[in-house]
Amino acid sequence: MDWYPLYNSLRIAAISTAVVFFLGIWAAYRVAGLPRLAKGLLDAVLTLPLVLPPTVVGYLLLLLLGPRRVIGAWALEQLGLRLTMTWWSAIFSTVVVIFPLVYRTARGAFESFDESLVQAGATLGLSRTYLFWRVRMPVCRQGILAGTVLAFARALGEYGATSMIAGYTPGRTATISTTVYQLWRTGDDASALKWVLVNLAISAAALVALNLLERREGGKQPWR
Amino acid sequence: MALTAKFTKQLGNFHLRVDLTAENGAPLALLGASGSGKSLTLRCIAGVLRPDSGRIVLDNTVLFDSEKHIDLPPQRRGVGFLFQQYALFPHMTVRQNIAAGAHALKGADRERRVSELLERFRLSSLADSAPAQLSGGEQQRTALARMLAASPRVILLDEPLSALDSFLRWRLELELQEMLAGFDGPAIWVSHDRGEAYRSCHTVCVMENGASSPVRSMKETLADPLTVGAARLFGCKNFAPVRPGPASGLVEVPAWGLALRAAAPWRETVTTLGIPSASLHPAKAGEENAFPCEAVRVTEDVAAMIVLLRPLAAAAEAPLLRMELDKSLWAAVPDQKRLTVAVRPEEILLLEG
Repeated sequence: MDWYPLYNSLRIAAISTAVVFFLGIWAAYRVAGLPRLAKGLLDAVLTLPLVLPPTVVGYLLLLLLGPRRVIGAWALEQLGLRLTMTWWSAIFSTVVVIFPLVYRTARGAFESFDESLVQAGATLGLSRTYLFWRVRMPVCRQGILAGTVLAFARALGEYGATSMIAGYTPGRTATISTTVYQLWRTGDDASALKWVLVNLAISAAALVALNLLERREGGKQPWR
Repeated sequence: MALTAKFTKQLGNFHLRVDLTAENGAPLALLGASGSGKSLTLRCIAGVLRPDSGRIVLDNTVLFDSEKHIDLPPQRRGVGFLFQQYALFPHMTVRQNIAAGAHALKGADRERRVSELLERFRLSSLADSAPAQLSGGEQQRTALARMLAASPRVILLDEPLSALDSFLRWRLELELQEMLAGFDGPAIWVSHDRGEAYRSCHTVCVMENGASSPVRSMKETLADPLTVGAARLFGCKNFAPVRPGPASGLVEVPAWGLALRAAAPWRETVTTLGIPSASLHPAKAGEENAFPCEAVRVTEDVAAMIVLLRPLAAAAEAPLLRMELDKSLWAAVPDQKRLTVAVRPEEILLLEG
């Protein structure tokens, strides 16, 4: 059995989760502090990928990144890079699709965060960086971690937008989900089932890890 | 050397106007009903909230000056702030919380300082506990230790006892008084409890609807609160409109049908007369400021009797007078339905607003 799709899926999921971790937290932190109207508008825009069909996300991404479109043409001309149909093209689509998962959970955590902790820390002379990474983030850890694990699991399973922007090239852009579709389409049910089981196993493991994480935190942190 | 704060801040419909000075070594009570702007005032002084205009100066350091565009961040103000709910870092132990306050020290110095404070606040045995495992009193001691670890130049206490049950309050009040006695900078103690403020502070600034009144001594304010709001904060419950009487020293209260002698001189701005409940006492007819009343309702309190009185000459819809007196004194009243009460001229409050 060729394990390339597993390897490819894992690296795409890992990279996009890492990107979204910082991007989502940053956006959540900025949006949580905005006035109401701006918050409502931005929130709708940033959450949109969660409710849009992945094919619509893929279509919109192609509108931007396609070789004859604004960004795609620029990258091709200036950098000699083709943004679509490579293995890392899938990172664009997974990032957009999983962004709302981290963004929303982090925003929820930030909004229920007690600002007086940071204010007290500031009067003690603790720097803003310290207060963000050593006070705000650890206190909000639960929500942010949960969102991140969910995002990783979702990134592994991303199909629609990925297949549009990265396509399916065995040994190059194939991921678990595109492989399952391809194998099923060509009538190779047995191989498709293998990949289905692999995907099930990884997703289950991620969710179990999430549960364990929450339970351990719960035991260690009596303040929750 | 002192902390001087004069500033304004608009928050929605709420207009905060503060003008106060807290002298070194003489804790100032900031007394006001909830929603009067006390906590906002502290937040502006600490620098976590920015006033619209004004000036805040600590000794020779300008903390905020809207005209000169000076606005020191809270990190550089040297203001120790004890939050109402203590704001301990929940994910750190008691020791780590205090160490976070002592961050300016390094290595062994820091450890020594933390151990010192753990000992001073009797927290050594709890050093490795999380804040949530502590009682309210222990949490407060941790917050105090953390605040002092940063060596503040000013101390601000935001209703420090309100999160505690009454059993603990007294002990912690003593502890806070002791801590303040050992602190030689300015301190502001926010409270809505006159007793707590009276016992712990030398001077008082009363806040009403976002406006601060001039700082006065505690005793002076208790004896003559000047405004209805201040009188209310100091526990006065009997108020009625007042006008000057026919002779100097006399005032008339039409609602109760009374003409009373008041020791305080009449001021043009006076609108209201106040009689503290404890100033009313049973008397003989003909005594100074004595008037006949009907006892409408008698309630037995823990340590006293509360008697609601209607002066016989009162108008129909006039507010009842509340008299509080010792149970034995009430038992000695011959007719508990109809009696004569009096108030001494020096205990009559002439108030504005």
